[in-house]
Amino acid sequence: MSTTIRQSPEPDTDPLEARHGSLPRRFPLALLASCAAVVAGVLLAFSAFGALPWVLLTAASFTVILVTASARVEGHRHAADRLVTALVYGCFLLALAPLVSVLWTVIDNGLDRFDPYFLSVSMNGVLPSMDAGGAYHAIVGTLAITGMATLISVPIGLMCAVYLVEYAQGRIKRAITFFVDVMTGIPSIVAGLFIVALWIMLFGPGRTNGAAAALSLAVLMIPVVVRSSEEMLQLVSRDLREASYALGVPKWRTITKVVLPTSAAGLTTGIMLAIARVIGETAPLVLTAGSSAVSINWDLFDGQMMSLPVFIYSQVRMGGAVNYERAWAAALTLILIVMLLFFLARVIKYLFAPNR
Amino acid sequence: MTTTDAPPAGPPPAGKRRIGDAVFAGLARGSGYLILLILAGVAAFLIIQAWPSLSANTVSFLGSREWEANTRENPAFGVAALAFGTVLAAAIALVIATPVAIGVALFIVYYADSRLASPLGYLVDLLAAIPSVVYGLWGIGFLAPQLVPVYEALTRYLGWIPLFAGPASNSARTMLTAGIVLAVMILPIITAMSRDVFKQVPQGHREAALAMGATRWEMIRLAVLPFGKSGVVGGAMLGLGRALGETMAVAMILSPALVISFALLKSGNQTIAAHIALQYPEATGYGVSALIAAGLVLFAITLAVNMSARYVVARGSKESR
Amino acid sequence: MAKRIDVSGLHVYYGDFLAVEDVSMTIEPRSVTAFIGSSGCGKSTFLRTLNRMHEVTPGAYAQGKVLIDDMDIYGPDIDPVTVRGQVGMVFQKANPFPTMSIYDNVIAGARLNSRRMSRSAADDLVEESLRGANLWEEVKDRLGKPGASLSGGQQQRLCIARATAVKPSVLLMDEPCSALDPISTLAIEDLIHKLKEDYTIVIVTHNMQQAARVSDRTAFFNLAGPGKPGKLIEMGETSQMFTRPEKKETENYITGRFG
Repeated sequence: MSTTIRQSPEPDTDPLEARHGSLPRRFPLALLASCAAVVAGVLLAFSAFGALPWVLLTAASFTVILVTASARVEGHRHAADRLVTALVYGCFLLALAPLVSVLWTVIDNGLDRFDPYFLSVSMNGVLPSMDAGGAYHAIVGTLAITGMATLISVPIGLMCAVYLVEYAQGRIKRAITFFVDVMTGIPSIVAGLFIVALWIMLFGPGRTNGAAAALSLAVLMIPVVVRSSEEMLQLVSRDLREASYALGVPKWRTITKVVLPTSAAGLTTGIMLAIARVIGETAPLVLTAGSSAVSINWDLFDGQMMSLPVFIYSQVRMGGAVNYERAWAAALTLILIVMLLFFLARVIKYLFAPNR
Repeated sequence: MTTTDAPPAGPPPAGKRRIGDAVFAGLARGSGYLILLILAGVAAFLIIQAWPSLSANTVSFLGSREWEANTRENPAFGVAALAFGTVLAAAIALVIATPVAIGVALFIVYYADSRLASPLGYLVDLLAAIPSVVYGLWGIGFLAPQLVPVYEALTRYLGWIPLFAGPASNSARTMLTAGIVLAVMILPIITAMSRDVFKQVPQGHREAALAMGATRWEMIRLAVLPFGKSGVVGGAMLGLGRALGETMAVAMILSPALVISFALLKSGNQTIAAHIALQYPEATGYGVSALIAAGLVLFAITLAVNMSARYVVARGSKESR
Repeated sequence: MAKRIDVSGLHVYYGDFLAVEDVSMTIEPRSVTAFIGSSGCGKSTFLRTLNRMHEVTPGAYAQGKVLIDDMDIYGPDIDPVTVRGQVGMVFQKANPFPTMSIYDNVIAGARLNSRRMSRSAADDLVEESLRGANLWEEVKDRLGKPGASLSGGQQQRLCIARATAVKPSVLLMDEPCSALDPISTLAIEDLIHKLKEDYTIVIVTHNMQQAARVSDRTAFFNLAGPGKPGKLIEMGETSQMFTRPEKKETENYITGRFG
């Protein structure tokens, strides 16, 4: 927090500054503490203490007093600097607030029902309002659908990245790079509709199954895999490729045996982040795998398949108290899976970082 | 062959290639072209499947608001209200998220201790890791109830502004709530892009400003913001693209109605994406085809926004080189 | 094992740009030939055409004839991959494969091509190549360690061992000592003396003392003028080139009166 303090007081070098003093180094910190205390006291006196008003009023009074004092003592240029500093800190705290809030509410509400029973039973034979049932069938569906989506997107995405880095040149390279970027921006519901349209043409209307869901996720996942893999392949130095060529190794063996193994850790990290990104997708699954499955279904090619995100959504749509409890518990499960993927990706990146 | 003035006859024809190389290169190229094929396929299949309902539609698709598509004959549906709602929600998100994202990016690059910069950036990235359905659940289960008194206060004191016209919804399941949640979701996208360009501001520019006796804010205003403008704009447009297409948070939070209204604190409005998700399970007759037609509109809007975003970013990085 | 190289009328292009113009020369087997000249005069580019490594750069191609003994390496039926198996290369910056151990680096040529080899044959090849590169005594107890764990000079000798392990007849060296300290440089120069018993060696160097110390013959390259392609100015016995060069340009460069 000491960065709020002016770093280089040079009153001699700037004639404009010479007329002004500067606030003591510890002034902002002391001011912040006293503002917090005074605001808390006032709120308590009116018996209206709440976390949100306390934080907001403290921030407002701190900023106003600091900027006024600075304008008096240090001049308006430094006052503007202080104001922006306060705003920038405020922005960062504001950005963290929803993260903390989401995680806190999910953990707080989710723990009520988050137990081995919830994780190991399905909703088969459970009426929506009954105090029973769990998300096992949704976990199964999420694993099956995401697994298949990964199996489809990783080879295609990786080979596309290889093409862009090792083979493509000129206009076609720019075109594919551009359209991969554009593809990352396809709304997930449009990816779902695409598969719906494809399925209607192939199998007729009303056919929902896990494979369709996996394909729609693959449409979303491929460009993410391409981007991250491309970045990683570019990090492999040209020297290594040349060393391999100079030993009389053909290009394809150089790529598969030198380039890919050298970047394996980075590629894995990128793929895990891509999985983390699509595992929480809901909209395309509602369209392609249905939203009313209640029983355990491991078969991607037969019938509706529940998944954790769709489970959360459909429980919320039912609207009862027990439904919300299930939704929060499923949300906790989903967040744990996503965080686990993020964490593993970090660990792999750290373990295999160059110059470990 | 040995004369010095032999004209360059172009590269010699490629000699014979190894089978392994040919197969592998073919696979790689095929994967590259597959990307183009998928993108073309998205457009083609949506158009093909949207066509039956569009040709049977009895009202103007782009101009009307009603949605009577679940019939076997004479469907009447239009995306006017939906397109309006989509743009409105995304605009709210953009207006809220962009300034905060710039502040966060500045904080991470220029204010935070440099050792903390990367973990702090990681924290912001975590916002992007939370699934949209969880944001929806948070929005309806936590945020909306908190906002009810705020909205009441807004209508009471600022109700004369059309945006805040009352009476406020007593569940806060309104456009503004949806917009706030969308803002949280696109914040990491805009932050990441802004952070990248702010980091690339040449040290010379910054030191020149500081050497003139500029304060940190003056250095940012003079050296960083002009340099990073295109990155911020590009990031904001990518965020806009994401907000336009975001489905679940809106579908779960908004209490929908097919109207065109600027009253952000009242129930009403609906976005294309959320409409599709809500209507699809019940769609019959021309219903699915009509929803695909709506999806086509969304696809076209997001495609245009994303392409211009990439254009802005690419032009910016070319200028700075 | 060592083979003669005959180059006639070779032009090298990068796209439309002529980088090296009309080089003809003969490189003798079992000798060291040094290429000298200022930066950007095309000597490294020309070196790379001797095993078709320049083709790795998009748009680069060569016209003319390069015979290695009787094989025209630009012949219509010749695969550049085969050429590179015959003509090895050592680079400016030591580049051992970071994912491989010292042992695996030495036999990388065979491993990467999935060539089958018995365990004892592999052991023998590793020892023979490392001994040939004057590195065996230093690393024999840690063959399983990553190649990147060695010092810079050791890494460069590892790369030489790796190049000789595929049994080429020619070794091209592109400024192999420019990133090394004087002691490591000396070790490499000693090694070059020893290797010329078995190989035809071509070395590009910026260091004229080095050229004088290690080479039997020297070729001087220079630009025909600003923005013009590089050319071979003069080639001859090293002792003669450094004492009585035929061309004024060569003398200017060697005596440091350049420009």
